[in-house]
Amino acid sequence: MSPVLNIQNIEKTFNQDTVNVNKALDCLSLKLEQGDYVTVIGGNGAGKSTLLNAISGTIITDSGNICIDGADVTKMPEHKRAVYLGRVFQDPMVGTAGKMTVRENLALACRRGEKRGLKRGISKENEDYFRSILADLDLGLENRLDTRIGLLSGGQRQAVTLLMATIQKPRILLLDEHTAALDPKTAAKVLDLTDKIVKEQNLTTLMITHNMKDAIKHGNRLIMMDKGRIVLDMRGEEKRKLTVNELLRLFEQKSGTVSDRMLLS
Amino acid sequence: MNYYSIILGAVSLGLLWAVMTMGVFITYRILDYADLTVEGSLVTGAAIAAKLITDGTDPFVALAAAFVGGCAAGCVTGLLNTAMKIPGLLAGILSMIALYSVNIRIMGKANITLLKSRTVYDVLENIGISNDIAVLIFAVVLNAALVGILYWFFTTQLGYAIRAAGDNRKMARAQGINTDIMKILALAVSNGLVALSGGLIAQYQKYSDVSMGQGAIVIGLASVIIGEVLFYRKGFLGKLIAVVSGAVVYRLIIAAVIELGMQPMDLKLFTAITVALALYTPNIKLKLPKPVFKTLKRREGVLNEPRAEYSKH
Ligand SMILES: Nc1ncnc2c1ncn2[C@@H]1O[C@H](COP(=O)(O)OP(=O)(O)O)[C@@H](O)[C@H]1O
Ligand SMILES: [Mg+2]
Repeated sequence: MSPVLNIQNIEKTFNQDTVNVNKALDCLSLKLEQGDYVTVIGGNGAGKSTLLNAISGTIITDSGNICIDGADVTKMPEHKRAVYLGRVFQDPMVGTAGKMTVRENLALACRRGEKRGLKRGISKENEDYFRSILADLDLGLENRLDTRIGLLSGGQRQAVTLLMATIQKPRILLLDEHTAALDPKTAAKVLDLTDKIVKEQNLTTLMITHNMKDAIKHGNRLIMMDKGRIVLDMRGEEKRKLTVNELLRLFEQKSGTVSDRMLLS
Repeated sequence: MNYYSIILGAVSLGLLWAVMTMGVFITYRILDYADLTVEGSLVTGAAIAAKLITDGTDPFVALAAAFVGGCAAGCVTGLLNTAMKIPGLLAGILSMIALYSVNIRIMGKANITLLKSRTVYDVLENIGISNDIAVLIFAVVLNAALVGILYWFFTTQLGYAIRAAGDNRKMARAQGINTDIMKILALAVSNGLVALSGGLIAQYQKYSDVSMGQGAIVIGLASVIIGEVLFYRKGFLGKLIAVVSGAVVYRLIIAAVIELGMQPMDLKLFTAITVALALYTPNIKLKLPKPVFKTLKRREGVLNEPRAEYSKH
């Protein structure tokens, strides 16, 4: 069986041929097996977001190969790759259409990767299903189906985005610091929700976080990035036994710097 | 002239312009920018209709052709914007300028009179209704039909996709929507409506002129904004009805200020000032999505800047 995600030697350089030349991905390879729930850490500018953007097709890599479920998607445009991917972004504004209602947003997500024709945008049978999954969030959204998403709080929007990313089961779930913009309490709630959904659907997941504790607590595998490369890849028992201090020591050793950002996390 | 006929005329004309306003609504409110193609495609519709009618084509067929011509113009703007990556405003200006030549080519001259031709309104007149009322009835029925069709269209899966693409490009692409195609489609439908409106207006005023589109975008925006302020409704159907009502109210206002003695040549200045003030009014800004995460967005703009809360250390 081919791995769910197979990345081989991808490279991405921004601002090639200028003084600002910037190698964001440096001959990076990564394999994800079915059910891998990987947390991704690394300093600011390490290339974490660029990696997720390369997988989702938001950027096209300069060289290397990306295969999802054995299919080569290296040059496939973003909207076509969406069939494989559920995504949640750092900015809660990005994942949902603010002028459309909760119901309309969920209905849009139901057809991710499918043809959109002249049938009704929402079918009647969706209604009860939407209510039940919203009720599971425990945010009081089940009675706000006709509210414009733009009127919801950041945490509510992020929770809805998570539903939208998984309402059609994705092959890979990509989460880019999806709790970073939320207050600690809401962030914890959205993380719990993430765990629950990943477990229920046995999703293969890549989750970027800048919080070391979260990186250790969640998932079954942890990778650390630095200067566009993966410098650490731990799983199973080894990962479970990690401590924040140990992780910090490893970070300093791998990158040769002390990061304020990481220290405070 | 008595007030009855002034009001009747203004309402009828308003309803004919309302068709264009629905087109402007699609670009301005769904795609979220003002498409200047309108100034050209309105005339394209008038030119196609007038040319075909004087050549002996059925006036209804001529209207359909006007719609198709407008769709084509919208597609061109869409391709300039998506395939050639020219900013939307500039793409619209380019189309508008190009259409000036195209419109003269279509007519073979700068204007065509329809005084001796049979129009869609004459068809109703034949059943024994007076011309004024015939126009009104025709315009009401047409607007009702168009509102119905647009409401239906924009609540289909495809319509949702177009709205999502206009609302949030990143989200739309993440949901597997080809945002470029959606943009072209919206511009085509929008300019199709604008051209249809041009064809209707030409038949109403019995002439088509290459400069009749001048200021059309501002008239459209004024109508959309008046509609939103006076008849603001939740839901897509309510918004479409508000837009049509706005176009009618705009014509009533114009008729009123002319009655009050304003010179016709000052009308465009008056409209532009009205729109500028309306856009400035905070009241209207409230109805736009609030910039809740403004700070976050600003921060994200500078990728490498350490975030405040981490750099304290
Ligand atoms: N679209 C872009 N254009 C130019 N440079 C970029 C772009 N996206 C990211 N970069 C650069 O690539 C590097 C990696 O960025 P990113 O992947 O966002 O880091 P991380 O998410 O790990 O903080 C940074 O130096 C950043 O400035
Ligand atoms: Mg990032």
